Amino acid sequence: MEIPRHWRLQKQRLALVGEVCPHCQAKIFPARDVCPECGGEAKTAFKFSGKGEVYSFTTLHSVPAGFEENAPYTVALVKLDEGPIITAQLTDVGEREVKIGTPVEMVTRRIRQDGDERGMLIYGYKFRPVLRMS
Amino acid sequence: MEKVYITGIGQVAVGEHWDQSLAALSSKAIRAALKDAGDPQPEIVYIGNFLASSISHQANLGALVCDAAGLHGLEGTTVEAGEASGAAALHMGYLAITSNMADCVVVVGLEKMTDMVGDEIEAFAAQSGDTDFEGMQGLTPNGMAGLLMQRYLDQYHAPCESFASFPITAHANGVNNPFAMYRKNVDLDSYGKAPMVSVPLSLYDVPTFADGAAALVLVNRKLLRDGQKAVLISASEIATDTLAVHDRADPLAFDAVHISTTKALEKAKLTRDCLDLFECWDTPSIYGMLSLEAGGFAERGRGWQFATLDNLALTGRLPVATLGGIKAHGFAPGAAGAYQVLDAVQQLRGEAGRNQIASAQVAMTQAISGAAASVITHILRKM
Ligand SMILES: [Zn+2]
Repeated sequence: MEIPRHWRLQKQRLALVGEVCPHCQAKIFPARDVCPECGGEAKTAFKFSGKGEVYSFTTLHSVPAGFEENAPYTVALVKLDEGPIITAQLTDVGEREVKIGTPVEMVTRRIRQDGDERGMLIYGYKFRPVLRMS
Repeated sequence: MEKVYITGIGQVAVGEHWDQSLAALSSKAIRAALKDAGDPQPEIVYIGNFLASSISHQANLGALVCDAAGLHGLEGTTVEAGEASGAAALHMGYLAITSNMADCVVVVGLEKMTDMVGDEIEAFAAQSGDTDFEGMQGLTPNGMAGLLMQRYLDQYHAPCESFASFPITAHANGVNNPFAMYRKNVDLDSYGKAPMVSVPLSLYDVPTFADGAAALVLVNRKLLRDGQKAVLISASEIATDTLAVHDRADPLAFDAVHISTTKALEKAKLTRDCLDLFECWDTPSIYGMLSLEAGGFAERGRGWQFATLDNLALTGRLPVATLGGIKAHGFAPGAAGAYQVLDAVQQLRGEAGRNQIASAQVAMTQAISGAAASVITHILRKM
């Protein structure tokens, strides 16, 4: 069981909390306490809006242990509106066509089951295509 | 700084060796390499390995391998750099001899994939990426390659078939290599019909996991005997990038390939056109493509125009995968970087048989782990 690890990552996974650099205002996700842009110390928490667009995507048919229940699934590199790119599964895609540039937004979903049916369930961010109002 | 020479090579064919342990595989390769080198007395053994702790639940390979190979009491340790571990072990051997710590070192790349079956293998292989922020999203190495290939196709309007040159070349060259797992030609038609693994990546764009062990014997000038077939290591350079691809300003740039290639060429005092062959990381095929661009062999976004069958062939401008590459050899991750060097050594010794590149003098090999998070380049010269 990896309970401490999942506890450590909880804020980032469930609330998309990263950091903002007090020196150059760069937004940082995941948190790393050092700004990749200017090298300064950056420990100020920053909550991302969860809006972004698809930078790239792929559908996996052969998946790792713990992810079987959703296979096959699509993983994307999502470019957040605030700048950083993150890796996440796409969900609720339905019949919509996903393309590079498709606008997406964050939702919270079950990502993985750790171990057997009694194992720990891990929740975190996924992204879904933005529903357009017509 | 002492010069470093490769005087012996030994390998087991990459394959599904259900009946052979880590110990048995490594000992076969090491004994063959020592015999090939004329039985010198090594002082150190460096073992390149990625997954023994996960798949075989076996750590402490220094003791395991030295004992198995009959090298009782020697200094032995594991060197880990993901899928580039075999090349990392060679780098350590190179350092031990250049620094005059040892006169003779054995390096072995070793991987045992078949001690386990099922989707846990995919999860373990993903450990060369960022576990917290890539692996935990269900991304695998093939998935990562799919993401980069999709972006490449979109950004540069490249046709999918342009990637076929890597597996077609590797398979064509593997036909004549008795140590290759696949010894059959592949053509553009079968490439186009192959099942998808991680769209747009198909079966021929990705490696096949298997077991393997490949060993090298390194000596300094003092131990080099007259008339011995030796290959000089002119450069050994490791470079790193961000572990997670999403942390890079330009995910298609493969900066570590650029840094490692440039530094290696500078150290060897050579230019790109001096290379007679390049054992590149030919699979996933998108990594081969991005390596040609980041390494300066093709312009950014133009790799797909450079990577023609003609250019990559044994008689081409930049021969790659000359004895089958990783694609036709089969992929024993922690050993792959060592197999690349063995293939290059055979070319430089003039022992590549029907795949021999005429008067080959200089070869470059390049091992990649993760999505080029660690890149290890070696330049080898015929003596
Ligand atoms: Zn900053």
